[in-house]
Amino acid sequence: MSVLVYTENWEGKFKKLSFELLSYASEIAAQSGDQVVALSIGKVGENELNLLGNYGASKVLAVGYDGELDNQVYTSIIAQAVEKEDATIVIMSDNFTGKALAPRVSAKLKAGLVTGAVAVPASFDPFVVKKKAFTGKTFVHVKVNTAKKVISLIGNSVEIKETANAISIEKFGATLPEAKTSVKEVNRLTGRILLTDAEIIVSGGRGMKSADNWAPLEEFAEILGAATACSRPVSDEGWRPHHEHVGQTGKIVAPNLYFALGISGAIQHIAGVSGSKILVAVNKDKDAPVFEVADYGIVGDVQKVLPQFITAAKELKANS
Amino acid sequence: MKILVCISNVPDTTTKIKLVNNNSGYDKTGVQWIINPWDELALTRALLLKEEQGSPITEISVINVGTKDTEPTLRKALAVGADDAIRVDAEAKDAYYVAAQIAEVVKNNGYDIVLCGIESSDYNGSAVGGMLSELLDVPSVSSVSGLFIEDGKVKLNREIDGGTQVLATETPFVAIVQKGIALDPRIPAMRGIMMARKKPLVVLPPADIEALTEYIDYEMPQAKSACKMIDEDNAGDMIRLLHEEAKAI
Amino acid sequence: MNFEFTEEQVMIQQAARDYAQRELIKDVIERDDNAIFPTEHVKALAELGFLGMLVSPEYDGGGMDTVSYVLAMEEISKVDASASVIMSVNNSLVCYGIEAYANEEQKQKYLKPLARGEKIGAFLLSEPEAGSDATSQRTTAEDKGDYYLLNGTKNWITNANSAGTYLVIAQTHPEKKHRGINCLIVDRHAEGVSLGPHENKMGMRSSDTHSVMFTDVKVPKADRIGEDGFGFKFAMKTLDGGRIGIASQALGIASGAFERSVQYAKERKAFGTEIINHQVIAFKLADMAVKIENARNLCLKAAWLKDQGKPYGLMSAMAKQYAADIAMEVTTEAVQIHGGYGYVKEYHVERLMREAKLTQIYEGTSEIQKIVISRSLLND
Repeated sequence: MSVLVYTENWEGKFKKLSFELLSYASEIAAQSGDQVVALSIGKVGENELNLLGNYGASKVLAVGYDGELDNQVYTSIIAQAVEKEDATIVIMSDNFTGKALAPRVSAKLKAGLVTGAVAVPASFDPFVVKKKAFTGKTFVHVKVNTAKKVISLIGNSVEIKETANAISIEKFGATLPEAKTSVKEVNRLTGRILLTDAEIIVSGGRGMKSADNWAPLEEFAEILGAATACSRPVSDEGWRPHHEHVGQTGKIVAPNLYFALGISGAIQHIAGVSGSKILVAVNKDKDAPVFEVADYGIVGDVQKVLPQFITAAKELKANS
Repeated sequence: MKILVCISNVPDTTTKIKLVNNNSGYDKTGVQWIINPWDELALTRALLLKEEQGSPITEISVINVGTKDTEPTLRKALAVGADDAIRVDAEAKDAYYVAAQIAEVVKNNGYDIVLCGIESSDYNGSAVGGMLSELLDVPSVSSVSGLFIEDGKVKLNREIDGGTQVLATETPFVAIVQKGIALDPRIPAMRGIMMARKKPLVVLPPADIEALTEYIDYEMPQAKSACKMIDEDNAGDMIRLLHEEAKAI
Repeated sequence: MNFEFTEEQVMIQQAARDYAQRELIKDVIERDDNAIFPTEHVKALAELGFLGMLVSPEYDGGGMDTVSYVLAMEEISKVDASASVIMSVNNSLVCYGIEAYANEEQKQKYLKPLARGEKIGAFLLSEPEAGSDATSQRTTAEDKGDYYLLNGTKNWITNANSAGTYLVIAQTHPEKKHRGINCLIVDRHAEGVSLGPHENKMGMRSSDTHSVMFTDVKVPKADRIGEDGFGFKFAMKTLDGGRIGIASQALGIASGAFERSVQYAKERKAFGTEIINHQVIAFKLADMAVKIENARNLCLKAAWLKDQGKPYGLMSAMAKQYAADIAMEVTTEAVQIHGGYGYVKEYHVERLMREAKLTQIYEGTSEIQKIVISRSLLND
């Protein structure tokens, strides 16, 4: 039996989340005595595939197919891999791809599904997993009653653990069903850090005052290698594009470090960032609710603070 | 063309969650129940599509799996313009249970487009739409931020990790929609509220389906330790702290 | 007894709240500052059916009950009383007056566009020399055989410029005193109708208030409501219902200020804790809550009586007097709780306080309501 991890790659390299998922799967496998099998779909070189061994995989099923994401086709590949490897647990990310595939895989296998998991199973018999609910306002423990299980994991929920592991790579020629959707156009956000993958996010709120004040925020983000984001009023005003809106009705993010600049911290915004490891708040109102959830704070004007951030960040990068 | 919009009944998004009965549930007193915000946007988009000139959409139905308490949200959907409503009379046990109940109804009624919100704001499952499409063996397009019908053909904009897709799909299919699909949800007008009285709300008995999962209990997030404050004039110290102490940079 | 709202009443309340909190709130401070009439909002409120919500569907109205109207008025008034007064005058004075007392032909001609909100209405009673004392009308409607010749000046007219349809109270037979008064339906753009300057008001600054002058305006007899001499009774009956609208408006102003105060008191810290934890603030909020609950119950009871077809004049007078007076008290306290922030416009409560004052004055001052209430005691 095995634990199957659906890995993701980006421009030929595995995304960090793939290593997280493998670390997570390894912890489960250590308890159940199963082996961890990684499924890789797309054009990925041998060296890169071998990397997966460092995070606990003992086998990689490499599918060379790199067609655009079609939910039915990809679901079919995963289901075939499950059958081939006699997998009892399928692990994937809780990102757009995972949201697209996990429910389909679950229904296809009649396997109980836990989306938005935040920790390794609390117990194996019964099988109970902690997941996010009410957009992070609370957690709920879900008991899975089926022999097969599908879990989608929220990013940054587990530490990446390196283990030296012998790994075998097997080319897997899955049967591809005919796609019923056809992709006409793809726009990749190349050369930019994706909000949902970002380690660091620099986010601006109404306290930024106007659309014209974003240059220093962007500069600061660039120095840190961070993605930029904003609060809802900012995207509603059209100061920033909608895809940058973070919060309950926008994107839910869980980076290592989140800068809330000029964001007061409405409950809907906090719900979207509560998974962040470290939260830094800058706001001129000392009573702003954001300080209640922040780890580090500055009461002050963003326009005054940002240039100091930039100088200090430049110094830090120059010295390292 | 017929559209079915799946509606989930959830606590208002500003609800503060307070756990009760040994964390086995949350306090529902005084909670205001609303149409799940993403489902409401899905419905708004469906209405806009139907109102377009020469639209092929002939009928918009809404469906909910829930007890009688959820009927006000269905009637609100009727008041903003849905043509009819279906309630499968059962407690929504888990996402699979709900998806399988809806699948039964879809099989019997033949909808061309089924719309679901990307997640419900309570259990954040993001699961019903995908499961439903698999049970029906039809295409699903997830994280849809644009849905258009041109010359009878469906065109969608979809957000994927790392970009966006424009795609076409066969019908019937399930679209799982997110922000961008419509702007603000509709506010029911008096005329709509009056008309909703006469629109059909069909109650169906549930099919015999077993849930795959169950919720055991809840846990509140740990309170954060106090926020460490840094002076506005020494803001650069923040970056050094994040590097040395928090090891986040 | 049943204090439960129907599902439909809740839906209407929610619709009004959604519109107010999502749309009306935008630029409300700027509109008030610059006395800008909320043209787009009036259009939207008309499309949603709020401007004719009490009118029967037969005349293109919403066919909703008065309880729903109270709930909707409260929600709109929490955010912008200038918008809600437009809704109140149109619904409970103009539309109600026409629907209850006009003939079929007049209803077809005038009520339908008002109920659809394509036109809005104004109610012209007050005069420079006759505010509270409605019996001493100086505006005259001289009987000229097949028409009336209208002359005189009306003051403090809400919707004066934006309205299409006026209901004008005027004296035809001075010797018969109030029994000689008539109510005429007058086109705002009829020849001889002119407006005084826009009144520069303390509050509700974006509702358009003017004096209206009539100079030899010819009004066909067919546009008189009811029998000759019915005008005074018409005005008094209509004002009974109008009071429910203004009472609910005052209630909304109070509860809007209260909600902002609670939120502020939960966030604002002083002496190391949120100010709501200081008893001096907590007790203020408790007092405000009780007053608002009382006002709401009075408004709803008056509305319920009206919906049941029972006499409601006394209850609507009680509701208006009480709700207006507590609106003034509650908003004053709201400003106090907000401290310095309460005195600046950004926090809304100073505007609500200015708006509250008007509810004690128009559509019958608090003193006039007390006359109505005390007279009914004498008559018992």
